[in-house]
Amino acid sequence: MTASRALSVFGHFWWDFIIGDTPEVAVGVAGLMIIGWLLARRLPAAAVVVLPLAVVLLLAASLYRGTRTA
Amino acid sequence: MTAQVLVALSVFGACSVEMVEALTIVMASGFTRGWRSALEGSALAVVCLAIVVAALGPALIHYVPINVLRLVVGSLLLVLGLQWLRKAILRASGYKAKHDEAEIYRREVERLSGQPRSGRGRDATGFVIAFKGVFLEGMEVVMIVLTLGLSSGYLGVATVAAAAAVVVIGGIGVAVARQLSEVPENGMKLGVGLMLVTFGTFWAGEGAGVRWPGADLALLGLLAIYGLVTWGAVTALTRGRPTAAAAT
Repeated sequence: MTASRALSVFGHFWWDFIIGDTPEVAVGVAGLMIIGWLLARRLPAAAVVVLPLAVVLLLAASLYRGTRTA
Repeated sequence: MTAQVLVALSVFGACSVEMVEALTIVMASGFTRGWRSALEGSALAVVCLAIVVAALGPALIHYVPINVLRLVVGSLLLVLGLQWLRKAILRASGYKAKHDEAEIYRREVERLSGQPRSGRGRDATGFVIAFKGVFLEGMEVVMIVLTLGLSSGYLGVATVAAAAAVVVIGGIGVAVARQLSEVPENGMKLGVGLMLVTFGTFWAGEGAGVRWPGADLALLGLLAIYGLVTWGAVTALTRGRPTAAAAT
């Protein structure tokens, strides 16, 4: 196996692992982390509530997309 | 203690789900192409996976600051957990077909039986199919073992739980031969997805600087919230799903 082929397989694995058929989840989690980081510095008490709530909303949005494409 | 038990349960569940999938491929390969090739391919994949764990585990512990590790690992767990939970909820509510191991086994056997054998010794097709099956399914387990184990500081517990799952599911596989479809895979996927989302939120939050009330006990609170949401989602989607009769 050539180096470029190995790199391509490696890249493909991570793409499937993180993005796969749910790009909204990967993008949403990245957004969540930014929100969590900002809240932890400015409104630490709110972060404890907002973070789980945002995860629930992200799951709901992904499920909605899943039912549309099913 | 709470985190230790939850880490063990999560890794055991995740490893069991992936083991069922890998075992289906290995058995299809073994029954159609010969056990020598299937077992050798599987053994090589296990060795490669062990090398990945041995190489990545200590390196990550020693060179990456714990908060950065928790943020990255928590985010990865959150992505993986949400993917698993979403899939399990859609399957439980009937929007997506359940993972049918018997059907996958039948398809694999049909595909492998049609290919010519490479000679008298090791069969290259059987070897490669078994290697790929075990390595690819195993990589997901390695990620879960490393991420959960390193973030919690219980890498040993995570490794033992994964090994226990390999032994238990491997034993069941050998005992019941082709009846892996009896394993309640979707229920297990749902449970593991819930735990991965719980750990992902907790550690990604800690890595970002969030201080959870009650420290580790917050894990139980998060698990309860996500459990309730999942139950609500399955109930609502099952009720709201248009039936075939209604559609016509």
